[in-house]
Amino acid sequence: MAEELKLYGTWVSPFSRRVELALKLKGIPYEYIEEDLHNKSPDLIKYNPIHQKVPVLVHNGKPIVESLVILEYIDETWKNNPILPQDPYQRALARFWAKFIEEKILPLAMKVTNSEEKEKEKVVVEMFQLMKVLEGELNGKDFFGGESIGYVDIVATIIAVWFQVTQEVIGVKIVSEEKFPVLFKWIEKLKSIDVVKECIPPRDKHITYVKARIEAALLKSAPN
Amino acid sequence: MAEEVKLLKTWSSLFGLRIVWALKLKGIQFDSIDEDLTNKSPLLLQYNPVYKKVPVLVHNGKSISESLVIIEYIDETWKQNPLLSQDPYEKAMARFWAKFGDDKVLSSIWSVFINQGKEQEEALQVAMENLKLLEENLKGKKFFGGEKIGFLDLALGWLANLICVLEELSDIKIIDKERFPLLLGWMQEFSQAPLINESWPPREKLLTKFQIMRENQSL
Repeated sequence: MAEELKLYGTWVSPFSRRVELALKLKGIPYEYIEEDLHNKSPDLIKYNPIHQKVPVLVHNGKPIVESLVILEYIDETWKNNPILPQDPYQRALARFWAKFIEEKILPLAMKVTNSEEKEKEKVVVEMFQLMKVLEGELNGKDFFGGESIGYVDIVATIIAVWFQVTQEVIGVKIVSEEKFPVLFKWIEKLKSIDVVKECIPPRDKHITYVKARIEAALLKSAPN
Repeated sequence: MAEEVKLLKTWSSLFGLRIVWALKLKGIQFDSIDEDLTNKSPLLLQYNPVYKKVPVLVHNGKSISESLVIIEYIDETWKQNPLLSQDPYEKAMARFWAKFGDDKVLSSIWSVFINQGKEQEEALQVAMENLKLLEENLKGKKFFGGEKIGFLDLALGWLANLICVLEELSDIKIIDKERFPLLLGWMQEFSQAPLINESWPPREKLLTKFQIMRENQSL
């Protein structure tokens, strides 16, 4: 039976790029559709009516949404090169840390970018604390997944790449080599992997994009 | 080998209740420890150093936290009475809706509860749109899990009991029979199911607790 696999994403979305990374790690062929989120395709709205966001994976006509849900679906459907561990306890830990990144680190990172000067300092301190906790999980290992990248590494590419770009643009350095040596080393290792390189936005284009977004947000909130 | 299963929760924790249900449905023996969150035990701090919250499951000394992560752990460790389907697509749907329940439904209903006047009306609209999606999900099914109680029923189970408490306190009907016949039907079936019905926290105590929470929110 011919498999039909489509991925709707954008070049700059860390969420759709993590799905691409999982598909490429498993060598799964797929059709990629680049969405313009200011002009959403009828397909996107059809397949993700509730959230109308990327990524959406459509497998033989059936849509799956929410990147973490998609990652698990991929791992359970194509069993080669597993991204989650086999052991239930290790799986629980991986899911816990992915959730920690999504539900604690991500919202705080957005606060760092969007907060006023006086609030920024407090938020940055909180961010340091969370990153310290995350770094603790790496201790002794090359990757969160152990000797090779796994589920948590894939989810954490947002920190390794997207955060670094945003922080460079706004001039706030959180993950520096001196403050987070272990995390820093992990970032270097992750970014040197060929398949990871294929799944991150081109740096210059990314920086331009983030700058434009921040300026647009400032304009929107500027007093009349 | 003697299994040691401990569950740290509170008497009223909705998320802790999910774990009680999961363990009971699988016939797993466990020790329950009710925490006082104003005075957290050394055990809780040891087993959930990151969040210091309940519920926490401790299985032979290894701790797992985050209720939906715990339920999946339970389902993968004890294979009897499976809570999740074997089919990856069905699993993905259950996980998606559980997330929707936690991210959208819970907060929208809470908004109805703690607000008044115009804000409450707006919150009610949002809550109803979310509930409508759950209603559609139940078409042709007795439980969200199909014929039997499953992962999604446990994830949404809080609705079956808490809604009545919140509706009574805020004097507003959120889940009415005309708009949500299937949801109401599910709430009945679920809350009265064996093992589920015996685990509900005492209603009077819940009413008092949420009344206080409501007053504190509107300060």
